[in-house]
Amino acid sequence: MNLSNRIRPSGPGRVQLMATCLCDAFYDDVARATVEVLEYLGCTVEFPEGQTCCGQPAFNGGDWANSRKVVRHTVKTFAGDVPVIVPSGSCAAMLFHGAPLEFEKESDHGDVEALGRRAWEVIDFIVNGLGVSTWPGRYDARIAFHRSCHSRGTLTGPAALQLLGSIEGVTVLPFGEAEQCCGFGGTFSVSFPNISGNMGNLKLEHIRAEKPDELVSIDMSCMMHLGGLAEKEGHPIRTRHVVQVMRDALRNAGLLAP
Amino acid sequence: MARQLIDQFAAQLPEDRRASVYGGSKVGHEKRTKVLFDHFPDADRLRELAGEIKQHVVENLDTYLPKIEASLIAAGVKVHWAATAEAANKAVLDIMRARGATRMVKSKTMVSEETHLADYLQQNGIDCLETDLGEFIVQIDGDHPSHIVKPIIHKNRREIAQSFERHGLGAYDDDPQTITRRARRFLRKKYLEADVALTGGNFLVAESGRLVLVTNEGNSRFCLAATKTHIAMVGIEKILPRDRDLALLLNLLARSATAQQLTVYTEFIKGPRSSTQPDGPEEMHVILVDNGRTDVLESDCREILRCIRCGACLNVCPIYRQASGHAYRSVYPGPVGAVLSPLLAGKKFPELADLPKASSLCGACNEVCPVNIPIPDLLLRLRNKGKEEGAKIASAGTPPMGGWAVLATQPMLWKTAMMGGKILDVLPEKFVPVPAFRAWTDQRTLPGWRGGVFRKWMRTRETKPRQPTVGP
Repeated sequence: MNLSNRIRPSGPGRVQLMATCLCDAFYDDVARATVEVLEYLGCTVEFPEGQTCCGQPAFNGGDWANSRKVVRHTVKTFAGDVPVIVPSGSCAAMLFHGAPLEFEKESDHGDVEALGRRAWEVIDFIVNGLGVSTWPGRYDARIAFHRSCHSRGTLTGPAALQLLGSIEGVTVLPFGEAEQCCGFGGTFSVSFPNISGNMGNLKLEHIRAEKPDELVSIDMSCMMHLGGLAEKEGHPIRTRHVVQVMRDALRNAGLLAP
Repeated sequence: MARQLIDQFAAQLPEDRRASVYGGSKVGHEKRTKVLFDHFPDADRLRELAGEIKQHVVENLDTYLPKIEASLIAAGVKVHWAATAEAANKAVLDIMRARGATRMVKSKTMVSEETHLADYLQQNGIDCLETDLGEFIVQIDGDHPSHIVKPIIHKNRREIAQSFERHGLGAYDDDPQTITRRARRFLRKKYLEADVALTGGNFLVAESGRLVLVTNEGNSRFCLAATKTHIAMVGIEKILPRDRDLALLLNLLARSATAQQLTVYTEFIKGPRSSTQPDGPEEMHVILVDNGRTDVLESDCREILRCIRCGACLNVCPIYRQASGHAYRSVYPGPVGAVLSPLLAGKKFPELADLPKASSLCGACNEVCPVNIPIPDLLLRLRNKGKEEGAKIASAGTPPMGGWAVLATQPMLWKTAMMGGKILDVLPEKFVPVPAFRAWTDQRTLPGWRGGVFRKWMRTRETKPRQPTVGP
C-alpha cells in the first residue's frame, strides 16, 4: 500500500464522509459518531447524498468489470479536493489500494488514484492527518482491540491503539494470536463457511479468555462477523468501532452533548 | 450455497491431522517472528531489499541466464536447458543412462516435485530414493508433501512409526530417537550404493557460478559424498546476481523458514572435483528448468518468481492452518501455491482457478514474506483472470455482482433498497431468496436493519461545528 503520496490536510476543515454501505444498512451509530468526533475536532463534515458502496465486494470476488462501474460512481460522487473520511479500514484500503489496482490498465486510472490520495480511515486521519495524539474524556471499559487485516501495512492500527490507550478509564487487553484474521473476508465468509467459522470462533475463544467488556475494531465488517457468530451461539459480545468509544468518552466527560 | 473445494476438504479433515498442521505451522510462525525481529532492528527493510534484488533478477532474466550459463561452464559444469517438466526428467534419465547408472539418491527439491521426477525415474527402471527424512517418509507412504519446508507437517510420530513398521524398518516404536536411528541406518547404505545424486538449488549465483544448497539434515552433503555424478535441477528464477547477495538472502531464508540464524548445512558448490578441489563428484550437471516460468514472467503476476520457498506464508496463513497442504491439490500449497500453481498450470489454469479464492485477503502472507511478494494483489489478479475466463470452479460461493452494480450506481435505487432492507428483520431467514444471505445466517446472526437512519439524522440535525481544537 502506497501511502507516501497522500494529500495531508493543513488542519481541521471541510471533509467528505463516506459512511460505507455497512453503516448505511446496519451501523448508523458508527457513522454518527464519526461525524460527532470530526466536528468536535473542528471539521465541517459534508455527506454526498449520492454515495453507495466503495466497490469492494465485486473487486474481492474477481468481478472487476462490475467493481469498476461502482468505483467510477464513487469517484464522481466524491469529486473535489477535500479529505474523504471513512470509518472502515477495508473501505479506505479499497480507495487507496484496491481501486487503483483494478484500474491499472484503464484510461481514468489517474482519477481513481487522485481519490485514493485523499482517502483516510477516520482514526488514521485524526492521528496522522490532524496530529492528535491523545484523547480526552472518560470511558470505563476493558477493551479487546481487534486488528482488522485491511489496516496491515498502514498506520491505522497503531493509531487506534494509541488513542484508545490514552483515554482515561480504558484498559486495552492483549490476547492470543491477535495478528490472525477473524475469517470474514467478504465473499470468503460465504464460499468458505467452514474455515471462516473456525477462524472466527478461534478468535472469539482467545478474546473471551481475557474477559473484555467489549470488542473494538476499526472495521465493522469484522465486527459483524465476530458479533454475529457470538450471538448465534448464544454468547453475545458487545462490538463497537473505536470512534464510538471516542465519542462516548467525550459525552461521559460532558465535552459533547448526549 | 455451493462451497469452495478447499473448504469442503477442510471440513472433512480428520481432527488430529488438522491439529498437527495447525500446531506445526503456528509454532513455526511464532518462532520466526521473534527471531527475525530480535536479530534485525529493521527486518522489514531487509525484506524489501531482498525483494528488490529478486525482482531485479526476474526483470532481467534475459541477461542473467546467459551469464549463469557462462559462469557454470567456466566452473566445469555441464549445463542443460529444459523447457518443460518432461524435458527436465528426460535430461536426468539421459545422464543416468549415459553412465549406466541405476541408483539415485535425491535431496528434497520442489522443482523435481513439480516434474514428478521420482515416479518418472521409477517407471524407467531407476531406483530413486528421497533422503530428506520427511520426504523419505512421504515416499514410503506413497503420500505427497503438504508443506514446502516441512513435508510431513501433517503427520504425527505415531503415524511415522506405523509407516516405518509397514516398510520393514523395525517393529512399531514411536520414540523419535529410534525413528531417526532407523532412518539413518537405512539411508547410510543407500548413500554408499548410489551412482548419481540429485539436488535442487536454493540459489545459483550468476557472478561465480556457485550453486548454494541448504539443509538441516545434511542429506544433500551425504548425497554428494560418495557419488560420482551430481545433477542439480534448478528453476531459472533461482539466480542471484552476486555472491554477496547471499549474506542477505541466506539470513532471511533460514529465519523465515525455521527461525534459525542459518540452516545447519549450507553448501557452496562451484563445479565438480578438480585439481583445486579434491572432494565431491567427478561430474556435475545443472538442468535449468523453465516449466511455465517464462509464461509467469509474461503475466501480471511475475512477482511470484521472487519466491525463495521458505514456507513462511504457509505457516502464517489461517486457511492453510485449517485446511492443510493437500487441500490445494498441487505441488505448492498455501498462499504461494494459490498464486504459483494456477500460473504454472498453463492451459490447465481453469482446473486450479479456485485456489486464488482460498484467502480472506488478510495480507499476513505479504507481511511475513522475506522477499516482500504482494501475494494478496496477485490473488486478486488471478481471481479476475478466473472470472474473465469463465472458470466455473472459481465461482462457487461467489454471489453474482451485476444486480449489486446496478444498485450501487443509481443513488435513488440504492436509497430505496436501504429502506426496503427492513423486511429482513421480519422475514424468516428461509424465505430470503438470496443464497449468500442464507449461507451467512446459517452460522451468524445479522444485526438489526438500520437502513436510512443515519441519512435522516444527517439531514435533520442542527449542525454547530466547534472552533478547531487542533492546529496544523
